[in-house]
Amino acid sequence: MPDTPMIAIDRVNKFYGIYKALSDVSLNIGAGEFFALLGPSGCGKTTLLRSIAGFDNPSSGDIRIDGHSAIGVPPNLRPTNMVFQSYAIFPHLNVEENVAYGLKRLKLGADEERRRVGAALEQVRLGHLGKRRGHELSGGQRQRVALARALVLRPKVLLLDEPLSALDKKLREEMQAELRSLQRAVGITFVLVTHDQYEALALSDRIAVMFGGRIAQVATPKEIYQHPRTKSVADFLGGMNFLSGRTLGQTASGLTVETEKFGTLTLSLPEERIEVGARATVGIRPERLRLLWDDERAPHELTGKVVNRAYFGETTHLLVGVEGLEKPLSMIETNTHGADDLPIGADIRLAYDPEAFVLLADDPPVERVH
Amino acid sequence: MNTGAPGKSRLLPGYVALYFLFLYLPILLLPVFSFNNAAATTFPLAGFTTKWYVSLRGNGEMLAAAVNSLIVGVCVSGLSTLLGICAARAITRYRFRGRRAANGLIMAPLFLPEIIVAVSLLMVVLAAGMELSLATIILGQTVFCLPYCMSVLTAGFEGFDRSLEEASLDLGETAFGTFRRVTLPVVAPAILSSLLVSFTISLDEFILAFFLSGTEPTLAVYIWGQLRFAAKLPSVLALGTIMLLISILLLTIAEVVRRRAERRYATGGYAHA
Repeated sequence: MPDTPMIAIDRVNKFYGIYKALSDVSLNIGAGEFFALLGPSGCGKTTLLRSIAGFDNPSSGDIRIDGHSAIGVPPNLRPTNMVFQSYAIFPHLNVEENVAYGLKRLKLGADEERRRVGAALEQVRLGHLGKRRGHELSGGQRQRVALARALVLRPKVLLLDEPLSALDKKLREEMQAELRSLQRAVGITFVLVTHDQYEALALSDRIAVMFGGRIAQVATPKEIYQHPRTKSVADFLGGMNFLSGRTLGQTASGLTVETEKFGTLTLSLPEERIEVGARATVGIRPERLRLLWDDERAPHELTGKVVNRAYFGETTHLLVGVEGLEKPLSMIETNTHGADDLPIGADIRLAYDPEAFVLLADDPPVERVH
Repeated sequence: MNTGAPGKSRLLPGYVALYFLFLYLPILLLPVFSFNNAAATTFPLAGFTTKWYVSLRGNGEMLAAAVNSLIVGVCVSGLSTLLGICAARAITRYRFRGRRAANGLIMAPLFLPEIIVAVSLLMVVLAAGMELSLATIILGQTVFCLPYCMSVLTAGFEGFDRSLEEASLDLGETAFGTFRRVTLPVVAPAILSSLLVSFTISLDEFILAFFLSGTEPTLAVYIWGQLRFAAKLPSVLALGTIMLLISILLLTIAEVVRRRAERRYATGGYAHA
């Protein structure tokens, strides 16, 4: 990340009456970064985005955009532009007039204005629909109008509030690819709010996962998926098998944890100190467990029984009961060997890699304000 | 319960025809007799004439009443729409204590017996020592029209997506500029519709105008006064026909404007590519 972040959020709190929407949020977002705010509804991600845009003001703390404090600066004077969840296309204006809306105030002259509107519409491949009204456009086209209308003002930061949630799955995937290449083309900072973990993983350079008004973890998609810090983060981003264990001690290579059935695991050290002998939670992703067929052997094996099975086309999700484990293990198998034909109750063997386990911190208690 | 009985379905069209006949035949007779070349409103018709319409032109009393109606109508529609805009915006935009109660009380005149409202208003006006005039009619009819304005305006404002105003601010526009460039144009059809509806109601309203007018009658009050003279009935029919046409015209415009706006501003995520 460059030395001065494009957006610096410094110990921001936001109260609505006694409800704490944002709790001591600090975050730096770099210039040119595609950054995602990810979390379930009500986690504060939208409040944070609206605070950057200027529609909400923090109760305390500072937000600096491009080095200048934005506290008290109204939305129309900030170098940010937003794509709204509803797209907010002005219904009384056509596509061109929508895109030109913000330019009108800049008094560029008719020629320059027309040129920039045309270029912005070309950029989102809507050049042929300039005379249409909002209600004559499909969801994907409306989204592109909203993008063009914001980008034509050449903001330093583009804010996107769940921009793809109103689209069906196929279109959503197309628009994801388009958003990513658009961001590379314009090179400015994008801040995306989403509750869809796959969208965040696929699009962004870095992700901040939020729960209950707090930031739980900030990392790259790969880091956050492979090394989630807390149970909630692990759970929110895909499936995770949670196992309880007990810490045995520290060695040069990491922390050793004793678990039921999976033996003694050596895990990389967490940021927080963990006492020896304390209870610890470890996790392994379902796709890191593998079925063993016929006489195939692996260095680390377990036996179990299929308790449930769900067919997903390219994969099958299995729930495998293992004697001595409280909960059945969830695993994902590609349907190349016949996992989709395994009957419920079948005895199976599975292989695991001890390196694939992660140590998960307990979640901070939810803060209540009285 | 057998709702699909064939006997019933054969009766239904007949019932509907009778119903509409009863509702609209008297109104259709109005223009018919207004072009009839006889003072009596009886069949058979005596022949076509436009003399009743021509006679209206020289009728100073009638013209004065028409001017009064115009003044009252414009003031009532302007006032009730203005008050309606404020109330409708507050009720659709904000959640506050007593919101439902306030809305109910504003809508109540719709269901109160008009004559009771008229009598009570008259008592208050006289007790306050006010002279009966066009102003008192305007006051009374404004209260009476407000519920109609409110129902048109709240429907229009409810469809207004608040993020449109935020988007405008976000794109660099000021609060005032946002009101001028986004809020006003988007709710304009509802406002126009409200103006037309309340003007039409005021034009046709009789009871309040009758009780609250002094020496200056509105058209409705004038017509009522003319009914005492049998010879003047055909001119009243001609005048009534004109008023009917104006009402239908205004209400049609109001409805067309409202529907066009409704279709255009249905931004709720329809995707017709």
